[in-house]
Amino acid sequence: MSLTPLSIILALVLAWFAVGLLGLIAPRNVAWVGRTLFPLGAAMGLAMAVAAVLAIFGATETRILAIGLPDLPMHLRLDALSAFFLALIGVTTTGISLFAAGYFRGGDGTAPGLMGLQYHVFLASMAMVVLADDAFAFMVAWETMALSSYFLVTTQHRVPEVQSAGFLYLLLAHIGAISLLLCFGVLQGGSWQFTFDAMRAADLAPAWASVAFGLALFGFGAKAGLLPLHVWLPEAHPAAPSPVSALMSGVMLKTAIYGMVRVSFDLLPHTQWRWGVVVMVVGGLTGLFGAVFAAVQSDMKRLLAYSSIENIGLIFSGLGLALLFRGMGMGTLSALALAATLYHCLNHAQFKSLLFLVTGSVMHATGERSLGKLGGLLRHMPWVAGMALIGTLAMAGLPPLNGFVSEWLLLQSYLLTPSLPHTLINMLAPLGVAVFALTTALASYVLVKFFGVIFLGQSREPTAPPARDAGLLERAGLIWLAATSVLLGLLPVLVLRALDRVNLELIGSSLGERAATWWSVMPLSSERASYSPLALGIGILVCVALTFLLVRRLYHGRIRLCTPWGCGYPQWTPRMQDTAEGFGQPIRRVFEPFFEVQRQTPTAFDSAPKYRVVVTDRWWGLIYAPIIRLVQMLSRWVSFLQQGNISLYLLYSFATLLTLLAFVL
Amino acid sequence: MNALNFALAISETVMAIALAPLLLGLVDQCRAWLQNRRGAGLLQPYRTLRKLLKKDAVVAQTASPLFRASPYVQFGAMALATAIIPIFGTHSLLATSADTIALVGLFAIARVFTALAAMDIGTAFGTLGARREMMIGFLSEPALLMVFFTASLITQSTLLPNIVITMTSHELVIYPSLAFAAFAFVMVLLAENARIPIDNPSTHLELTMIHEAMVLEYSARHLALIEWATALKLLNFAAIGLALFLPWGLSAPGDGGLAIAASLLIALAKLALFCAVLALIETMSAKLRIFRAPEFLGTAFLLAVLGLLVHQLLGS
Amino acid sequence: MLKLSLASQLIHFGAALLLLTAFAMLTQRRVLSLVNLFAWQGLILSVSTAVVAYSSVQHHLYVSAALSLLLKVILLPLILRRLLKRLNVRWDNETLLSVPTTMLVGIVLVVFAFSLAQPIAELSTSIARSTLGIALAVVMLSFLMMITRRKAVSQVIGFLAMENGLFFAATSATYGMPMVVELGVALDVLVGTLILGVFFFQIREQFDSLDLQHLEQLKED
Repeated sequence: MSLTPLSIILALVLAWFAVGLLGLIAPRNVAWVGRTLFPLGAAMGLAMAVAAVLAIFGATETRILAIGLPDLPMHLRLDALSAFFLALIGVTTTGISLFAAGYFRGGDGTAPGLMGLQYHVFLASMAMVVLADDAFAFMVAWETMALSSYFLVTTQHRVPEVQSAGFLYLLLAHIGAISLLLCFGVLQGGSWQFTFDAMRAADLAPAWASVAFGLALFGFGAKAGLLPLHVWLPEAHPAAPSPVSALMSGVMLKTAIYGMVRVSFDLLPHTQWRWGVVVMVVGGLTGLFGAVFAAVQSDMKRLLAYSSIENIGLIFSGLGLALLFRGMGMGTLSALALAATLYHCLNHAQFKSLLFLVTGSVMHATGERSLGKLGGLLRHMPWVAGMALIGTLAMAGLPPLNGFVSEWLLLQSYLLTPSLPHTLINMLAPLGVAVFALTTALASYVLVKFFGVIFLGQSREPTAPPARDAGLLERAGLIWLAATSVLLGLLPVLVLRALDRVNLELIGSSLGERAATWWSVMPLSSERASYSPLALGIGILVCVALTFLLVRRLYHGRIRLCTPWGCGYPQWTPRMQDTAEGFGQPIRRVFEPFFEVQRQTPTAFDSAPKYRVVVTDRWWGLIYAPIIRLVQMLSRWVSFLQQGNISLYLLYSFATLLTLLAFVL
Repeated sequence: MNALNFALAISETVMAIALAPLLLGLVDQCRAWLQNRRGAGLLQPYRTLRKLLKKDAVVAQTASPLFRASPYVQFGAMALATAIIPIFGTHSLLATSADTIALVGLFAIARVFTALAAMDIGTAFGTLGARREMMIGFLSEPALLMVFFTASLITQSTLLPNIVITMTSHELVIYPSLAFAAFAFVMVLLAENARIPIDNPSTHLELTMIHEAMVLEYSARHLALIEWATALKLLNFAAIGLALFLPWGLSAPGDGGLAIAASLLIALAKLALFCAVLALIETMSAKLRIFRAPEFLGTAFLLAVLGLLVHQLLGS
Repeated sequence: MLKLSLASQLIHFGAALLLLTAFAMLTQRRVLSLVNLFAWQGLILSVSTAVVAYSSVQHHLYVSAALSLLLKVILLPLILRRLLKRLNVRWDNETLLSVPTTMLVGIVLVVFAFSLAQPIAELSTSIARSTLGIALAVVMLSFLMMITRRKAVSQVIGFLAMENGLFFAATSATYGMPMVVELGVALDVLVGTLILGVFFFQIREQFDSLDLQHLEQLKED
């Protein structure tokens, strides 16, 4: 057995598993589990990233492992697409594991050692999802991923909200999994071979292909958080410990994207452009919905969860665009859209994990998750605040950081839609790009709120003891993710070269060598558009530094400190700052019809005036509540069967037996 | 030739930065004339800047380094935008490094830092201003993008110099979609630069102010930089508007001295005209209630989208 | 991109301006500005009709242009303004939907109208055929305006604007309707406005207001 990337990666997956098991030696020993095993896991993540990057530029590898059911060996395959996602998993988990090493402490809830096992099984199963090359291996890995993450979400399993959040997550994960099973059932196309190779070869009728596509969209959409299926995200993220939230939002959601790309670009070779329209519309609406809701949240982890929904929406709308172009037979444009989409996946993994980890540090330092009680942490936690600022700026899509590059590429591919030969799409594309632009602009509103309310201003709860900055390991994790965010923004050429391999494999056309140089990105042609993050980044630095030096040189630097000026109001308290609700108020006003708002306003005669606003999701009332009522009604009917009488139960069994025998007859 | 071009671009950028306060002065002077006042003269912004730069800076005790760094970032971002936008000619230095989308990103950097600095002190007014500024931003930013997209669909490029070159190189064509874009752009310009229907640059009325509420805590050199950045922003928007809707007369790379001088004069004349029109609009309209601002900007956004749609329908 | 003659460029431009005024009317709250916008719309309509007449050498369209200039730019706004003065209508319009929502619905209508008109426009041979979608959109937007307004006066203006859209559709797709029909429609509009004016007075006599909500009281319970 030679040392190929695939064998290295398989060894690393096994090693993750072993690291998890080692934690059981001393499950309550924080020093053993936290300070030894988690950094080891992080090192393996880094090694996996390196091996995967090598694999992107190498040849496709396949392997059959004789494990699993008899006659059903596991097929594995490492091609450019799976290598790209492995690299994403590796790079992101390196930072998250480093942070987790310093984060987990003893206390109530699951023992650290057990949690370490769940955590590393989660990592290993995600890697296996990406490597699987037949439906069985895929579903086994997929379900392992769902279960291990369920246990991680319910770490604090004594809290009732955590229990219900975990249940909701598990429920939607399984509904999605059923849909995926059905999807694979359709994809095999009558050959009853469940390897992906057989599915590629199966020549499905267009109608059946559409059915398979719809099932895949539903199944992967439930995992990713597409519009009507998003409800578990804002519940599960606040419940889970921060590194787990980071892992789920940053990495696990991307495995759903991987599945979607795998099915729609690889297993279904004949793309229909209508699929693209559906995905684009659903993605666009999801994005706008997520952004609007993120703006009115007052719990920092719920805010980030909604912002994940927003980014998933953007990613899906890009995916829709790529499918649309592919369905119309425009290879290069499809390659551009797909590259932009996958690039955004990678970027989102970095900055969203970073920000979730930041919330972990903030919660450790203050014990608060509610934005209304935080504030002014910049002074007490300069390191965390600095890294959070980088994450914030990256996610707000500001140049020259990484969020901007992928959004820029996506906008460029939207601008190419007028070349599509179809009237209705030509009319829809401007609306799509408008929704996209509005969503990204709302994202910067959300992030100013996030950073400003947590780190700036004064503490809104003055009685709280001063917070302390994060520890060394936590800091290392944050710095790693911040550094990848900056690097991915400044050097898009690295990513685009890798993505061109994926494009060649899936679409058969590529952007070409000239699309990106070290200095700048110019998709298609240099006359059309170009962007050079390095020049822009250096330009900003030079301009700011020059301004600073000139002002310093030419004028004195005298400064007097004094109390803030409150427009002549005699006294102000930190409680007069905007709360999270206050900061989101304009959005609530503008998008009033989106929300279900319950407002409790004080009257002039209240001795203790109280203002309370609760914003809830309309989808609960529209979709989920009727389903719940239906299920309850059905279960009431079924409960007539349960009479508590033993002889009646025996009668049921006997009747069943007779019916079955009658079939055999 | 290349070194010459470099020197030309640098000197033009420096000149534009130096001229920017004059633009503010001209707008104020025109407004004063239109309202039958004498006005403070064209050079008043420079006098204000000199006064501010000489004073001692007063900084709140609760301020963090972010608060002190923010004015430099705002000024730096705006100055960089000035270097990118073709103001006098299309040979600008960094033209290919940032297209129109990146320009919108640059403006967003300045906005985000202004808002963050406003929240830093922790007074009621700072956060109020930040919230309102972000409210305006989340609608004006996509509207501006849509305006750029209309232009770039016509010219097949998102690079501002290429848009100008394509527009001017063929014979005069009327683009109906650009009419929509122009309307939307004017509305965005008014909102982004805190001009009258949305904000009043010359008042400190607590309940209505937006931009001024954010910079309440600033003084001396920090305030001077912010004021200058405001002037630069107006200049940048004016130059973008002129490049999109009145692109004639900009010098091209490799033009001789006479052409460059002519383009300089034409650009100055166009900017003066812009100031007069801006003053006229401001005089003729009344400030909107703050709750009407989203409506105003929503209209701008939808007009710009309509421009794109009309372009798709009419093919022009 | 295909090269267009100056005339069709002008017609396209006029069409875009018509759409712009239709949107402006949709968002305008003040009744007096609504009348002014209506007058502008009439002017744009008449100019672009004249351009169509010139470029297609259809002389009867000149008459149409003159007629709409007389009727829609001078006469009807005059009548409406007098009405407003005598009825002492100065209030802001209360819309049923908020303005942004109305505009969103409007955008959707425009997309619908554009894609509806595309196949029809393929059949037409007129130089201004691609403006058919815009004309249709103007009709729909005016209809939307009538639906969302509470006051009788703005509903009448919506009705008149709808007629503008239809007129533009006729000129752009088929070089106008026969002269007799056009004259008849013009007369109808004029008489209709006059009659509606009388109705306004009657409504106000009855309810002391022009708010159409009061008409709901007329139904039998």
